[in-house]
Amino acid sequence: MIFHAFLIKYAEIAIKGKNRYIFEDALVKQMNIALSKVEGEFEVKKEQGRIYVFCPEQYDYDETVEALQHVFGIVGICPVVIYEDQGFEQMAKDVVSYMKNCHPNYDGSFKVYTRRAKKSYPITSMEVSAELGGRILDEFPDASVDVHEPDLTLSVEIRDKIYVYSQTIKGAGGMPIGTNGKAMLLLSGGIDSPVAGYMIAKRGVKIDAVYFHAPPYTSERAKQKVVDLAKQVAKYSGPIRLHVVNFTDIQLYIYDQCPHDELTIIMRRYMMRIAEHFAKESKCLGLITGESIGQVASQTLQSLAATNEVCTLPVYRPVIGFDKQEIVERSWEIGTYETSIQPFEDCCTIFVAKHPVTKPNLNVIHRSETKLEEKIDELMKTALETVEIIEVE
Amino acid sequence: MEAYFDNSATTRCFEEVKDIVVKTMMEDFGNPSAMHQKGVDAERYVKESATTLAQILKVTDKEILFTSGGTESNNLALIGGALANKRSGNHIITTAVEHAAVSQPVAFLQEQEFEVTILPVDEQGVVKLDALEKALRPDTILVSTMMVNNETGAVMPVEKIGAMIQEKCPKALYHVDAIQAFGKYRIYPKKWNIHLLSVSSHKIHGPKGVGFLYINSKAKVQPLILGGGQQNGMRSGTDNVPGIAGLGVAAKMMYQNFDEKVEHLYQLKERMAEGLSKIDDVVINGMPVREGAPHILSVSFLGIRSEVLLHTLEDRNIYVSAGSACSSHKRKPSATLSAMGMSNAQIENTVRISFSEENTFEEVDYCLEVLNEVLPMLKRYARR
Repeated sequence: MIFHAFLIKYAEIAIKGKNRYIFEDALVKQMNIALSKVEGEFEVKKEQGRIYVFCPEQYDYDETVEALQHVFGIVGICPVVIYEDQGFEQMAKDVVSYMKNCHPNYDGSFKVYTRRAKKSYPITSMEVSAELGGRILDEFPDASVDVHEPDLTLSVEIRDKIYVYSQTIKGAGGMPIGTNGKAMLLLSGGIDSPVAGYMIAKRGVKIDAVYFHAPPYTSERAKQKVVDLAKQVAKYSGPIRLHVVNFTDIQLYIYDQCPHDELTIIMRRYMMRIAEHFAKESKCLGLITGESIGQVASQTLQSLAATNEVCTLPVYRPVIGFDKQEIVERSWEIGTYETSIQPFEDCCTIFVAKHPVTKPNLNVIHRSETKLEEKIDELMKTALETVEIIEVE
Repeated sequence: MEAYFDNSATTRCFEEVKDIVVKTMMEDFGNPSAMHQKGVDAERYVKESATTLAQILKVTDKEILFTSGGTESNNLALIGGALANKRSGNHIITTAVEHAAVSQPVAFLQEQEFEVTILPVDEQGVVKLDALEKALRPDTILVSTMMVNNETGAVMPVEKIGAMIQEKCPKALYHVDAIQAFGKYRIYPKKWNIHLLSVSSHKIHGPKGVGFLYINSKAKVQPLILGGGQQNGMRSGTDNVPGIAGLGVAAKMMYQNFDEKVEHLYQLKERMAEGLSKIDDVVINGMPVREGAPHILSVSFLGIRSEVLLHTLEDRNIYVSAGSACSSHKRKPSATLSAMGMSNAQIENTVRISFSEENTFEEVDYCLEVLNEVLPMLKRYARR
């Protein structure tokens, strides 16, 4: 069966009152971005409270559906067959042939739901539904009509042409990117942070990212891995501006000056400071991390409090209550897992102490950080100035 | 300055190799199996290459079988050799320091219910002959050892092994993985009782994706790649004419002025080893410099993770290889170095420096200079 169009269902954004058009426009924009990667000219059209994608004559159905499934804000994707309006008799034939094609030998319950966008159509919606239901029953003797809880709803929309659909493919849900501002993701190369980025992006937030690179302790391949992860997240979130910060000198300086068991905490405090700098610079409204309580020493409540203290922007931690396995499952679903588990060290693990503090005392941390006073400002400045920006699409 | 010291991983193609590869792609591009003149022209390159290689090994042209490289040669020798001879016995012998392209096919054969004995090595990485003597049995059908170890440059006594097999198990096939040895040693399979010998082209400045297996005319080997029956049915698939032609030229060049080139390699290695020995906490692994292979030097920089050193050197355009890395992600430590009795900590600190005839003394000096500069900093920031 060849589908000529897709009807896009969106739930949440339909209830946003006067702001509705903002959300719809954002959704159309994101759909256009997603479809631009599929071969062929697609037309995304907003008409009478619905969004349609009109397909070119030749196109790859699976690829198109997959692209649409990556767009946040879409709840369902209904493949539509469009017939010319050549009178009711022809419409009835078309609808029956649609049923034969899409649901051969159908034997469950169904109902026909008709909507007349063209109010001048001579027969009312109710009458059309009833008549079409009858014609279908004639052809499918084992099927039955149930108008309350049908297994199958066959929708017929009468416009300048006749639109018929009955399937709904699940969309990504959430809200369209760009409707809820922008936030800065601390992307590490592990399993958690890409999932965290995905989850925030799903709520309509545009994502930028920062990665801490520590050559020669971390390799070019580790950096490439992070770019690959950003690419995968960008399939959902749209383009990501990735900031690659050379963190080596700061890390070594902390290593030289501070107690070793506090290294990770102090390091993470500096990472947050740097991330916040770039966040503010690019007008982000928050930071995003993949932290989950108790997963490692730096993610106990005490440690989280210690790293959180240096930030003025809110820090969003969408996987905070997830078990590792739950995060792994999500990363499978969004397609980042296989990249995440490639064995390249990130800069968090290279100098990690055998027994890092798990309950850092803020006063102690502050005192340790005073030992960095001599050079840290200069090192921070250099790190900020030498940032490498990669536009990931 | 750039110093490429990872020649055991791969080498740069010789100019002359490039020329013949281009020629066989653009001018004499025919399929050697075709009946017309274009086919005949192309076939000439394949024959010529076989002749060159046969002359180097002192074997006949027909005993040269072209493959896609060292890994395929090893797979064919082991799996093809074992399957063709399983009526005579069930026992296979190999060593603990083989490349994965040997140890994995052997593991596969073990799953197919062949019995496998793995010979230990001494602390220099050389296989123990007395262990071999004990392992050889009437039902041994195949013995496989490398000639030069890819990680340490240890040289196995293949001539002695061949003689021992000849004496104790005259029916058994002897396979030698000569991928790191060909071009650095004169190898005479017939004299040494070697029946199967694997060689790769890109380790000797030839193109990648091609190699050969010497198969003694009397040795039985079952083909693994079936199809159009090329190469007398031993390995189907259209001949890789550019690769084969390039391999022939590369091999010929490797054995021109051979003794001088080997001496040059030893001098490079000696100069490097001497410079390294003046640095604290540096251990040179394997055999004494002049006894090991001329082009491979295994060095441990105690307290410095090899991967970090590798990236530091890379930053200065010096390229070496790290045997194993990333202990935190549970990548396995090198089996070869473990078999020599090296601790995991030292294995993590071990890099391989491997030379080619194109390397210069200036490059060695540059590398030593950089090492002297960066090692103190790297040592200061070692994992506590």
